[in-house]
This record gives sequence, structure tokens and C-alpha cells, in this order.
Amino acid sequence: MFEYAPAPESRSIVDIAPSYGLFVDGEFVDGTGESFKTVNPATEEVLTEVSAASAADVDRAVRAARRAFEKTWGPMRPADRSKYLFRIARLLQERAREFAVLESLDNGKPIRESRDIDVPLAAAHFFYHAGWADKLEHAGLGSNPRPLGVAGQVIPWNFPLLMLAWKVAPALATGNTVVLKPAETTPLTALLFAEVCRQADLPPGVVNIVTGAGETGRAVVEHDDVDKVAFTGSTEVGRSIARSVAGTVKLLTLELGGKAANIVFDDAPIDQAVEGIVQGIFFNQGHVCCAGSRLLVQESIHDEVIASLQRRIGTLRVGDPLDKNTDIGAINSAEQLARIRELSDIGEAEGAQRWQPACDLPERGYWFPPTVFTGVSPAHRIARDEVFGPVLSVLTFRTPDEAVAKANNTTYGLSAGIWSEKGSRILKIADQLRAGVVWANTFNKFDPTSPFGGYKQSGYGREGGRHGLAAYLKGADQ
Amino acid sequence: MTHVLDPGALSGAIPTVRAPLAPYDDVTRTAAAFRAFLHGLPGVDQVGAEARVATLGTRSIKTTSKAWAIDTAISMVDLTTLEGADTPGRVRSLAAKARQPDPSDPTTPQVAAVCVYGDLAGVAREALGDSGIHVAAVATAFPSGRASRAVKIADVQDAVANGADEIDMVIDRGAFLGGRYLDVYEEVVAVKEACSRPDGGAPAHLKVILETGELVTLDNVRRASWIAMLAGGDFIKTSTGKVNPAATLPVSLVMLEAVRDFRAATGRQVGFKPAGGIRTTKDAIKHLVLINETVGADWLDPDWFRFGASGLLGDLLLQRQKLRTGHYSGPDYVTVD
Repeated sequence: MFEYAPAPESRSIVDIAPSYGLFVDGEFVDGTGESFKTVNPATEEVLTEVSAASAADVDRAVRAARRAFEKTWGPMRPADRSKYLFRIARLLQERAREFAVLESLDNGKPIRESRDIDVPLAAAHFFYHAGWADKLEHAGLGSNPRPLGVAGQVIPWNFPLLMLAWKVAPALATGNTVVLKPAETTPLTALLFAEVCRQADLPPGVVNIVTGAGETGRAVVEHDDVDKVAFTGSTEVGRSIARSVAGTVKLLTLELGGKAANIVFDDAPIDQAVEGIVQGIFFNQGHVCCAGSRLLVQESIHDEVIASLQRRIGTLRVGDPLDKNTDIGAINSAEQLARIRELSDIGEAEGAQRWQPACDLPERGYWFPPTVFTGVSPAHRIARDEVFGPVLSVLTFRTPDEAVAKANNTTYGLSAGIWSEKGSRILKIADQLRAGVVWANTFNKFDPTSPFGGYKQSGYGREGGRHGLAAYLKGADQ
Repeated sequence: MTHVLDPGALSGAIPTVRAPLAPYDDVTRTAAAFRAFLHGLPGVDQVGAEARVATLGTRSIKTTSKAWAIDTAISMVDLTTLEGADTPGRVRSLAAKARQPDPSDPTTPQVAAVCVYGDLAGVAREALGDSGIHVAAVATAFPSGRASRAVKIADVQDAVANGADEIDMVIDRGAFLGGRYLDVYEEVVAVKEACSRPDGGAPAHLKVILETGELVTLDNVRRASWIAMLAGGDFIKTSTGKVNPAATLPVSLVMLEAVRDFRAATGRQVGFKPAGGIRTTKDAIKHLVLINETVGADWLDPDWFRFGASGLLGDLLLQRQKLRTGHYSGPDYVTVD
């Protein structure tokens, strides 16, 4: 038997201070709200204490952002803005290992993913948008696209640095300034990013980072002097943000939940489809809004695919996120773990069959094994509600029409996957799916050039690509 | 002779496979049926296969697991010399190295086999004596396979008579690419029969080389793997080492999936041998990881997995010395072939 010896990435590269303040107007300052602790979800160890921003702190941040927009960043030559973005991108690459380790510590995701996916993609977003900064009039978004002003941005805990990059890079490239609130459970890489902004000599006030929980987020979103609100997170919070923004002149981009169908036809490349199913639902512990959480498999190959899938899941390595050989890390918080457990129990109570591989989970920390539910009906809650965890619901279909009907039978519409060796079928089905992103013979692939966003309760507006620029520009067709 | 590495190997009393094993015993009834069967195997998505091996390539194998991997890899090497310039002297020197890969450390495991052209199999046989190391001989008009079937069979019989324990044959790629799958199948069956010994001893083990660099697509690799397994091949092997690319990780992945699926369906386990292009310890460990996470520990054994290589052993020995002593020595501290 080939046992892999522990191969832990060293933590010594990160230097976590005992406490952190806010980043406002280019300075680290204490918040006036009650501070809170952030923990390593793999061990429940308290990593540090972080200031919570009160409404007054948020106001200071927005005023700093406004000043920067009017005095420095707004009037700056676009080519010079571009230089700052390139500088930030390079610094992210230079400090990649530091960001990756810190992200895995604070979030619980495996170092392999933070190192190979989150951090390189975050840098790629800055590189991509740096290129656009002085070419906006050629983006096909009108002859004189202008920035909106101050963007208030609230991001989730599943990809803390990457979601920051998705928000900050296009906002800055288009000449806006930002006030960003990272998630309460994962503030640390955003604060390290603040350090990178200083290192890059970014003018004060262009990027402001206010940490805190829901109250802080509300203060950002509801601030009168914010011109643009961008939110990624739950549909529930998104709905309340839409309500609070209604009747104002603020523009809004929402990237919310999902319950993506991953459709496997009987002519699919089965081994790669099984990989894609695993990548679709177990990537980042299933804490992915576009996760392929509903497997729609053609009935004729159901047993074969499930057998292969179970064998493959048996090889997944669950455990220490800092071990380079870990495939599945920790659930981000006790709260999220409770939700995953609750929905899984409901799945069983409603009559679906739960399967989990034999795996030893660490005693401390928040853990949930990879889980597959078979015999799921579209009426079950695990087929409808977003679990946001490593839980796959398997449904079957008999014909392409039935596959499309079941795939679209959701209140969400963020992403979908199609597995087939028949190109014409892929194009036809993709056309019929109401989802913002459709992957063919792959899943959970991201690229800064590709717009990302949803239909229905998955939100509106697009991030990334040319389309994503439009969300931060006046005089652009939305 | 008995198979030291594989006590469970087929004995001479068991007839060689003619019709494929159930449930595939009717797929070779006609050329059309065989073609339909092979084209009905699930396709392989090249991009997905490459992504999978790239991810597995990031596995970090350190300390005790690295030591285990290096020793296991050494014990799986088919130490190979396949040059026109090969002489009995060179083969004897290779055999000496096979028996004692690292003279400075007698705990170093022996390799699995020495692989030579058929005319030198007798020299290798004599040089290896009772060491338990197998003699593998390439045959069937290796490496091109462009000869009549009678010539190929004679080539095999000659190598077997010279004392080869294992025959590495090449498939007829021309027939394969021309769509004459049944011809390819029948030839492997015929070669398999030629591996038996007139004296009733255990037949030579048959490794079937697909020469994947000439088959090009992974769909072809999967189909050719199935032909070789259905025809009774004991091992499927990627390449001759004379064509580039040779053993790439995506090709190995697809062939491992084939042996896995074949055993699941028929109960018969077939071995796998990547050959050509595996030069470093890192390459070897990537293959061991690939086996471990694709087909599991059942194949992590010289009976079921081999590396066909000439240069690999040197790097494995260097890395082994490094683990033992804590520092790199240098090429002068391992023996030349």
C-alpha cells in the first residue's frame, strides 16, 4: 500500500498579528465596533482578532473613497491606473505562497487549491483588467465610458481573495474607487491585500477595506454616497440588498446562489465525466455558488456512473488543509456545518439514500465527508435548496428533453455542465439551459476573460470579461 | 522454470486464451461486431485526461513514502538495452547491474527483468542464472512489426527457446489504423500461443506493446488496450521506446483505466508497463501515484507493473543515495550501464 507521508506546507511564511484594524484612506486604523475573532476552521484555533467597522467607520471609508475618486484615481491617466494594477498583480504573484497559506488557514480550503487556483486566478484578474484600463473606449461599451464613482462591495467567505479580485480589479480598471467588506469568517487575505496596496503605492482611499459582519455590510450597501453596489453571497441577503437599493440611483450587481445541474449523457467520456462530477461538487468542499450539486445522469448508465463515482470518491483525501496532498479541507464555519448536516438529514428523512466513503475525520475543527445522495426526486429539498457543502444529489433522466426540463427546474440559474462526446448535442442543450455559465465536458473552470453571472435567483449582472466592465461604467449598455 | 516474481502465474497446463473471456466471448465473432464493440467503449476526453494527470502530478511524496517509492520503482524496472550495437558483453554487464544495482549498498533491491533482443535472450538467461530476475525479449519484428506473421511467430519461438521468461511483442499498427481490428487481435492470440513451451513449462508472459505514439489519440489507446487484453496479453505496454512521444501520463492513465475496467468485467488482472521517456525518479513516482489513485495497490507490484527504461535506474539510485546520506553524490557514484 502506498501511503503518502504528511507533506505540510510551512506556516512560517505568514505572520499573523494579534489584532487587525480596518484599512481606510491608505492607513490601518482601529474600528469602533466590537472586534471579533477569526478561527482556523480545521482546528478551531483562534487566529487573530479583527476590528468590526461601525456605520461611522464605513462613512469615513466611503468619504476617503470619494476623495480619492475626485482627486487622484478619477482624474488619473488610464495608462497610469493600468500600471498600478499590473503592480498589484505582480505583487500577488510574488507573495503567492503567503496568500495561499493564509487563505487555507483562515478558510479551511486545501493548500493545493489556494496555491494552484485561488491565488493564480486572483493575479490573473488583475493582469487582465490592467490591460483594459487604458482601452475602455475600445471595449464596445460606448465611445466615452466613464466610471461610476464609489463602489461598495461585499464578498463571501468561500473564495475570499479571488472574490476580492473579481470585485476590485474591474472597479479600479474602470476608474472607480472601492469600499470592500470581506466576509466575517475570512477577513485575513483581504487585510494582506491591503498591505499589497500600500506596497504598490496605490494612492490612499482608492481601496478601503472594512471588516465586520452583516451590520457592516449593510452600512456599506446603504451608504448614500455609494454609486455602485456589488454583492456576492446568499440569495437571502441579495434580496434584502436589492430591496434597500431600490429607489436609489445605485447600480447593483448580484451574484447569488445556485443549484447547478451537471448533465451526463450516455455517450459521455465516462472517466472524465466522473472526474468532472467530483470537481463539480467537491472542489472547495462544495462551498461554490456554481457547484454542480445536482447530477443528472442518463438512466441507462446510472449504475455504472455511480459505481465509478463511489470508487473515485473513495480516493479523495480529506484532512489537514495545509497538507499538499489534501483534496478536501474543512467546512468554513460551525454555522455552515450545521446547515449541511441539517439538509443532509432532511435528505435522508425524505427518502433519498445517503452514501459516504469510509474516512477518518480530524477530531477538532469543522468537517463533513464527501456525500452522495441517490434516489433523489426533484421534489426533495436536497434537489432544490443550495447546500453549499460537499453533498451531491443524483437524479436521472431518460431523454434530452427531460434532462433540460429537470435542469431548468430550479429557482436558480448560475451554471450547468454537459457531458457528451457529441458536439451537436452539447450546443443544442447549452442553448436550452437557463444558466449564466454552461460548461461542456469540464466543470468549475474560471478565467478572467469569461463573463460569470446568473439567471433568476442566482442574481444579475456579469463579472469578468468585457461584460464585467459594463457593470462599472456609465454610458455603457448594461 | 517457475516464475519467482509471480507464483500465481498461469501454469503450462492451462491453455492459452483463444476466445475472449466472458462476458466478451462473442465480440470477436466478426470483424464488424468487433469494430462495433471497440467503438462502443466510452470515449476519452483528452483535455480531461490531461487535467487529471496534472493534478495527480502535484502530489508531494516525501520522506518515508519517497523511500518506499524509490525501492518499489527499482524493483519494477525492466532494465533495457535495445540497440543494434548490443553485444553479449554489454548484456552481461547489464545483467550484473540488474543483480546488484548499487554495489555500495547491498540493501538496494534487484530489478524485475532485463529486456533485450531475442538473439541475446540466451546470454541474459545465463548471466542472470538463479537470481530470480526475468529475461524479457522483444520480438515480432520489433520495433516496427512490419513482417509476415510467420516471421513474427518464428521470432517469438526463437526468443522463448533462448530462455525468455517474457515476450514483448508489438501490435500491427498498420492494421489497427486501417480498421482491421480483428487482424490485430488474431495476431496477438497467435503470438500468445507461440509463447508456450514445447516441453510443457510455464509459457512466457506476453507483454503487448501498443506503440501509443503512433496510435496518437487516447480513444485509439483505449481500443488497442482492449484488443490486447481480450486476446490474452498478460501485460499491456505503451511503447517500444523508438517512437516519440512514448509513455506520457495521459496515455498511462487511459491504459490503467482499461486494465481496471477489464478486471472488473472479467475477473482477470492484466499488468501495465509504461516504456520510453521515463527518465527521472520524479517521473517514476508520478506513475506510482497514478497507479495508486487509478487502479489501487493491487497493481503496485512487479508482477503487475513495470517500468521499461534504460536511464531511469541511474536516477533512482542517485535519489536513493541522497535519501540515505542526505546529500547528492553525482553520476560517478552510480555505475554506468
